[in-house]
Amino acid sequence: MPHPLPHPGAERIEAFGRDMDAIRDRVLADLGERDARYIRRIVRIQRGLELGGRGLLFLGFFPPAWLAGVAALSASKILDNMEIGHNIMHGQYDWMNDPAYSSRRFDWDTACPSDQWRHSHNYLHHTYTNVQGVDRDIGYGVLRMSDEKRWHPYFLLNPLWAFLLAVFFQYGVALHDLEVERVLKGKKDKKDALRVLKGIWTKTRGQTLKDYVAFPLLAGPFAPFVFAGNLAANLARNLWAYTIIFCGHFPDGVRQFPKSVLENETRAQWYHRQLLGSANLTGGPLFHIMSGNLSHQIEHHLFPNLPAHRYADIAQEVRAACRRHGLPYNTGPLWRQFGTVVRRIFRLALPTRPQAALGAAAGA
Amino acid sequence: MPTPSAPATGPRQPLPRILGSRLFAALAFPHGVDRYLEAFNPLWSLHEVRATIAAVRHETADSVTLTLRPNRNWNGFEPGQFVQLSIEINGVRRTRCYSPANSVHAADGRIELTVKAHSWGLVSRHLREHARVGMVVGLSQAQGSFRLPQPRPERVLLIGGGSGITPVMSMLRTLVDEGHRGAITFLHYARHARDVAYRAELAAIAARHPQVRAIHVTTGPDGGGEAQGRFSRAQIEKLVPDYAEAETFLCGPPGLMAAVESVWVERGLAPRLHLERFTLDTPPATQAGVAGGELRFARSERCAPNDGRSLLEQAESAGLHPQHGCRMGICSTCTCRKTSGTVRNLLTGAESAEPDEDIRICVSVPVGTVTLDL
Repeated sequence: MPHPLPHPGAERIEAFGRDMDAIRDRVLADLGERDARYIRRIVRIQRGLELGGRGLLFLGFFPPAWLAGVAALSASKILDNMEIGHNIMHGQYDWMNDPAYSSRRFDWDTACPSDQWRHSHNYLHHTYTNVQGVDRDIGYGVLRMSDEKRWHPYFLLNPLWAFLLAVFFQYGVALHDLEVERVLKGKKDKKDALRVLKGIWTKTRGQTLKDYVAFPLLAGPFAPFVFAGNLAANLARNLWAYTIIFCGHFPDGVRQFPKSVLENETRAQWYHRQLLGSANLTGGPLFHIMSGNLSHQIEHHLFPNLPAHRYADIAQEVRAACRRHGLPYNTGPLWRQFGTVVRRIFRLALPTRPQAALGAAAGA
Repeated sequence: MPTPSAPATGPRQPLPRILGSRLFAALAFPHGVDRYLEAFNPLWSLHEVRATIAAVRHETADSVTLTLRPNRNWNGFEPGQFVQLSIEINGVRRTRCYSPANSVHAADGRIELTVKAHSWGLVSRHLREHARVGMVVGLSQAQGSFRLPQPRPERVLLIGGGSGITPVMSMLRTLVDEGHRGAITFLHYARHARDVAYRAELAAIAARHPQVRAIHVTTGPDGGGEAQGRFSRAQIEKLVPDYAEAETFLCGPPGLMAAVESVWVERGLAPRLHLERFTLDTPPATQAGVAGGELRFARSERCAPNDGRSLLEQAESAGLHPQHGCRMGICSTCTCRKTSGTVRNLLTGAESAEPDEDIRICVSVPVGTVTLDL
């Protein structure tokens, strides 16, 4: 069966694939002390921000200290989840053979249990990126993010659900692997769901105890300041992570795919799908670090196991390869990319038809 | 009898108790307290043993002797045991086993390791060239059943070969510190006498203690020493006529070990021979018809033709990064579930076709097609 993507020429795709393999092999051969030193440095900065932030919140009765504490703790959680946790759990640093940086042992400062994340994200999302009905990151089971998803009056409140998902993002991510709607429809085994739920409960309980019980109680009479500060830091992290992550696959120009693309898909076609299904964000070095280098979403999807701090360099080569082979490369500033995401959330609240492009491509 | 560990650098006495409490475990969730401590000082840890290099000496051209000051988590060792030492080389953590050579009664609680640098030894060469005072290394607790028993045997024969000198050196130094009255013979094999670390000290011990005899045997041309030539029954009968009465402790290269073992077995003395194998025989050449097949790494969905090397090496060649430590079948870090197929253990030669069994992939070679949960 022919591959149902619009064909810029099969040979051109294979050539692009060979270029991507060459980039991967070159970076893999070059991994070493520089990468180990980088991730250790980021972890040290994160630990410092966390201890500093939590310390400042103990003085939270003094408003500037509370604000600085929230800022530091928010930055700590963002670094922990994005540049550190997400990337270590992809196995980007497994070659270091250091248990502290091992994808199988690492856990992060958020409600989602690491083992479930590795299943729903590393395996499902990264293998079946943007394939409708398989990649659960399209709408997270609660939003309508593609024209192909059948409209229902529930989606009239699409913008509200999106807003709530942003506010409670860490819990949305935590519940991701539970696949609630599949359990309700009887498509997922209840016993399986119960096991997943138990994992979520254990992890969420630990997180709640730390942020909302243990640290506030330690502050004695200042408990309310610490409680409110931790709440604010978690909220800031939720909103930021949501914004960056939704810019990865939902801005205008990003393609979604029917299940049929998966049949007989070659390695090069997989690279091509990752390229078409992802979008980058432009910005400075600090912006890239604070977004866990998910601002290089294209490079991350092409090479999920390469240390993310390398993506900026790799991006130049990927872009050049795209130009060479006449392939699109979707990138833009945060405000513009997120603007188109918001527009999509609103547009899809109302009934729409499956888009011609996709339908035509699927039938081609 | 583990020696009490001397206090060393690290969080002070009441502090570890507080930091180890359930409250701190809750505050540091989910990373754990250690992950915060090490960000400030690589030596600080509630559970892991780490050590600072306190001195670096080069006793022979191809070796380095390190004195390590372990943190407070170190539980001490018994003479003959080994530790796993971890260092980072170009960003990759490498672990190797070394036996402390010092007396367990050293008052300062330090550990002395003598590392012989082989031309092919990545870690040993790195240590010889780059070990500096102040560097921090990772350690395991002391391990291994090769050790001096309690109570100490009366007549002791210690046989070391090459870098296998270190555990028997620890035994000798410990016995001397304990004022051991029985006769001790220290028999050491090397290519050349000048290659022997501790040569001067051995001479000094023998001079001070009449019950101690040190005999250097060399196997290379013009090696020097008190005797020449490889180990044989005739040689041991000449050098140590009463060897049958001794409790014998042996550590050396595979050839020496096999030669000594066969003489002891011949004489029916096997129960009195204690030994430590610290080098693997090179994997036996692939026999026709038994290698072949393929390796299936189920979790990473990869396949590779079986080339007869260890599962760990083949997995690495296939682009996987399995966790591992010692690479010689000791630490079990690389333990992995084999779901099907037959493997041969490189240490024992035993073959196992048991489905769903945990194996150490660094010392297992696949016989035909094997599936791993990796």
